[in-house]
Amino acid sequence: MANQTIAQYPKGDRSVLIPLLQDIQDAFGYLPEDVLTEAAAHIGMPLSSIYGVATFYNQFRLTPLGKNIIRVCRGTACHVKNSANILFGLESALNLKPGQTSRDKNFTLEVVSCIGACSIAPVICINDDYYGRITVKEIDKILKKYQPTPAKATSVKSPEVTK
Amino acid sequence: MLSWTDQSLKVIPYKLIEGMIVAAYAIGANFGYIYCRAEYPLAISRLTHCIHECEKYGLLGDNILNSKFNFRLKIKKGAGAFVCGEETALIASIEGKRGMPKPRPPFPAVSGLWGKPTVINNVETLSNITSIISKGAEWFASVGTEKSKGTKVFALSGKIVNTGLVEIPMGITLEEVVFNIGGGIPFNKKFKAVQIGGPSGGCLPMSVIKTQVDYESLKDVGAMMGSGGFVVMDEDTCMVDIARFFLNFIQSESCGKCVPCREGTKRMLEIIERVPVAYKEGIDKYDQLQRFKGIIGLKRLADVIRDTSLCGLGQSAPNPVLSGLQYFKDEYEEHLFDRRCRSGVCKELLTFTIDTTLCSGCGLCKRKCGTEAIIGQKGEAHYVLQDKCIKCGMCLETCRFCAINVN
Ligand SMILES: Cc1cc2nc3c(=O)[nH]c(=O)nc-3n(C[C@H](O)[C@H](O)[C@H](O)COP(=O)(O)O)c2cc1C
Ligand code: SF4
Ligand code: SF4
Ligand code: SF4
Ligand code: FES
Repeated sequence: MANQTIAQYPKGDRSVLIPLLQDIQDAFGYLPEDVLTEAAAHIGMPLSSIYGVATFYNQFRLTPLGKNIIRVCRGTACHVKNSANILFGLESALNLKPGQTSRDKNFTLEVVSCIGACSIAPVICINDDYYGRITVKEIDKILKKYQPTPAKATSVKSPEVTK
Repeated sequence: MLSWTDQSLKVIPYKLIEGMIVAAYAIGANFGYIYCRAEYPLAISRLTHCIHECEKYGLLGDNILNSKFNFRLKIKKGAGAFVCGEETALIASIEGKRGMPKPRPPFPAVSGLWGKPTVINNVETLSNITSIISKGAEWFASVGTEKSKGTKVFALSGKIVNTGLVEIPMGITLEEVVFNIGGGIPFNKKFKAVQIGGPSGGCLPMSVIKTQVDYESLKDVGAMMGSGGFVVMDEDTCMVDIARFFLNFIQSESCGKCVPCREGTKRMLEIIERVPVAYKEGIDKYDQLQRFKGIIGLKRLADVIRDTSLCGLGQSAPNPVLSGLQYFKDEYEEHLFDRRCRSGVCKELLTFTIDTTLCSGCGLCKRKCGTEAIIGQKGEAHYVLQDKCIKCGMCLETCRFCAINVN
């Protein structure tokens, strides 16, 4: 899979780095070190420079993510509509801090700035589903939809620190 | 370049594409990029579709409509860095590098992408080209004020009844936008401020609500047109908290290339963070004085950051703080001297208690409280242990009997 992703891009062309990293992340969910090493050789760029670019942009992850990615909008419009409380509610329901993945690898909690749905602020986005105008009270109900087995609901204690 | 307000693109990408073709023809460019945040997948997929359609009809590609003019368009997905809106950083990002701004000159129009002359414009500017070319400059100039012509798209959001995108003629007042077009503030709350221009803009209060919406007037009152963000705040929004919010944002988005922006905004954030702290036993007796001195020094620090930062991000970073300080001095003073937050946002200054007459003893808050600060038997009134409470507000959010009091 890595080969195909990288081979689409011309050899030795450094300008394709960002789309290449985006494709790798789409394929693997994060940027695995061995794939980056391969990509570095392919486009003729030191791995350290790729690391520099990958860590500059918020989008890229160097560690695997959970099955469900929860993105909480902390943009201005959402902040004015109390997104801080929503984030706190999610943090305590999942026992995770932003950037962490639960031990059972089911949830990753992330913070983003504005996902372009300001008119229905506060917004959270789980995988590709958007939830607008949400309140702290709804959090448990929303999370239930993404629990693997109902018995495990909201008790994913002791997070594993990734990132 | 696509940002927040340019969500209109979800609807009318053809206007942008046509504008770009005309602009490219005028300057003799053969390649164009649309830089769009990856957070807007819908905009990207619609744009991709429209570009394909244009290619199919021969409106993009080689020898467009037999004019011997070639033009290709490509979408570049951003990777989540605010500073990439700055033109030199944008170019670095398209070239596959870290999106860090460069000193100008050379300006992009002289040496831009791949070292070639490059024109960078906002999506709104490019979309206007089409109508101006077909209907004429007089038509465009017939709307607006003497210096600011035409219309402007704003993204209304926050504590306002009608949220969403609006296109208004330049020169109408903020009041009209908030109370007529926006429908006023929901739940009969009082208007406090409107934040215009995103993280680089300012917060404008009721006293300047009659300001006209045009480039000059907004600048005079300490805001700017910027991205067209229009966030309305009501009495439940705390201006100290807003200042802290923007500084946090700037801190995490500063590229770190130059000292005033990287370190200066950090110091500003530290000063603001010390404003809403509660009084504690045994606190240094000069603490009050230090917090006050911090605020006095803030203005000078802000001036240095504005004058010496390399790019627009740093230069405009102090704006939200300064306009807040200018228009909402009383709120800062209340936080500083009375240690009180009138909007109930600065949690550290609040006390959470349970009204024993209203509490049904359901125990929900006890389970939700992250620090086990709530005690009580099921079916009986519960209590908050003040020294354990971290004032997170979870109990307030969860109680279904309105038994939690905050003051
Ligand atoms: C930190 C920073 C972020 C910016 N972000 C955006 C943006 O998201 N969208 C945009 O159109 N312009 C943004 N700009 C402004 C552009 O750099 C540029 O000046 C503008 O797009 C020029 O277009 P115009 O002359 O047509 O308005 C940003 C500027 C700075 C300094
Ligand atoms: S002002 Fe800030 S964002 Fe701009 S170049 Fe300097 S450090 Fe980077
Ligand atoms: S949630 Fe409300 S009613 Fe239930 S125990 Fe807590 S304070 Fe009492
Ligand atoms: S504010 Fe938070 S910490 Fe304090 S009692 Fe309520 S839930 Fe517990
Ligand atoms: S601020 Fe949250 S979607 Fe825009």
